[in-house]
Amino acid sequence: MSGETATEGLLRELAPQVLGSLVRRYGHFDECEDAVQEALLAAAVQWPASGMPGNPRGWLITVASRRMIDQWRGDQARRSREVSAFERAPDLRAVAPAADEDVAAPPDDDTLTLLLLCCHPDLPEPSRIALTLRAVGGLTTAEIARAFLLPEATIAQRITRAKQRLKDAGARFETPPSWSDEAIAAMLHVLYLIFNEGYTATSGDGLQRADLTSEAIRLARAVHRLLPDDGEAAGLLALMLLTEARHGARSRPDGTLVPLSEQDRSAWDAGAIAAGTELITRTMSAAPLGPYQLQAAIAAVHAEASRAGDTDWRQILALFQILERLTPTPVVRLNRAVATAMVHGPQAGLAELEPLDADPRTARHHRLAAVRAHLLEMAGQDAAAAACYQHAARLTTSLPERRYLEDRAARLATGRGGTAG
Amino acid sequence: MKYMLLIYNNPALYQGWSDQERQALFADVGSIMAELQESGELVSDAALADPARTRTVRVRDGVTTTTDGPFAEAKEQFAGYLMIDCETPERAEEIAARWPDARYFAMEVRAVMHSSGTEM
Repeated sequence: MSGETATEGLLRELAPQVLGSLVRRYGHFDECEDAVQEALLAAAVQWPASGMPGNPRGWLITVASRRMIDQWRGDQARRSREVSAFERAPDLRAVAPAADEDVAAPPDDDTLTLLLLCCHPDLPEPSRIALTLRAVGGLTTAEIARAFLLPEATIAQRITRAKQRLKDAGARFETPPSWSDEAIAAMLHVLYLIFNEGYTATSGDGLQRADLTSEAIRLARAVHRLLPDDGEAAGLLALMLLTEARHGARSRPDGTLVPLSEQDRSAWDAGAIAAGTELITRTMSAAPLGPYQLQAAIAAVHAEASRAGDTDWRQILALFQILERLTPTPVVRLNRAVATAMVHGPQAGLAELEPLDADPRTARHHRLAAVRAHLLEMAGQDAAAAACYQHAARLTTSLPERRYLEDRAARLATGRGGTAG
Repeated sequence: MKYMLLIYNNPALYQGWSDQERQALFADVGSIMAELQESGELVSDAALADPARTRTVRVRDGVTTTTDGPFAEAKEQFAGYLMIDCETPERAEEIAARWPDARYFAMEVRAVMHSSGTEM
């Protein structure tokens, strides 16, 4: 069992290195990606059974190269007129390393180059996610499909289409002199989405989805290591660590959600909190501020309070005010209203919600109704709060959120009253 | 986001159609299905058999009764569905608008519940 887990971990680690190495030699990202997938699958079957080769990376590069030769030979036999690929590529038989050949340590940049390629602006977001997890994360199509609760064919098609689009766009695997801020922001966003997909999973979704969280953290760690001076890369990693630290306390075994104010804080992961807090503190004193850093800082303020009542809401409000200047989105305004209510009272928070009623992005969003319900409950307006919780329950598409909101409404209706905050 | 597009129609309408009209309808359906498959948005789909085969089951006081129908007297009937996973509700509506039954009857776009959740 531990042998299989060790193999799996090593394969995921090696996947982007092997792929980077192949694409660097042969070009043709799409074909290399298929060949590396096949090599990874072969290793997953063979290594636990017959032992790990002395040079795992060399083994994978050799096997993947052979797959490409076979593929190209087959293509050549079928369509000998298509010689362009062969003209561009060196003879694989001459350059494919032997299994025991010592392959030079790969340039670290390969992982970053691959990530940026997978998060190419021409690709729709779901394709960026699927391709990143497969090409850089080393996950199989079946694993990705299970994690996203989608049929394998759907994910396979997203990956095929993404690779075709990259080809059509003439996207190249090359290290530009410097990465554009937009490209890095798009890549960090994909990692953030992968993390969220895993983090928001409740026990009903099974363990596969939790893997997405650790995969996202692993990739964020790699990016932070490769871009140590990028404040937002560090901020994202800190945000993930501080959020994941609450994982054990955020839901009950039956899948029902526990709000932040009612979580058992002794179940929070103190090690992850210390690491995340240290990282975000160090980063914010050195790098220009960004949205991930501010969200991580807010998570760190929550994390440092050993009881909900000890939370430093003034500091959280100040951080939200800066965050709103940087990214004036309705979601940020919504969360700021909660902080305002905690500092200046529920009426002040409710007043901040009013402009959001007119915003088409939030007018019908369950979070607006849920926050309003919470603030009305704080203000002691139980009947209005119950109605708002019910309204929010009807608007959400999340089963555990619906259950939570219905429970809050029922609690108020039966007069037992919630203790807000 | 997953959406289920519910297809409503009345098979009686299409019975009077010429072969050519029917072929055009099938071609519309085929092109949307191909697009959804190619884009990686299609999750699953099903077409339901003619209402003539419908059986309705009810349990009252522990007693199960099964009856035939309802038959085609209803103007519009549930005829099948597409389950899609797409980026925006607008995209789901766009797909629904292109499904031929939307021109004669209606398509319903329903958000599908999921079990992810954020603590508040």
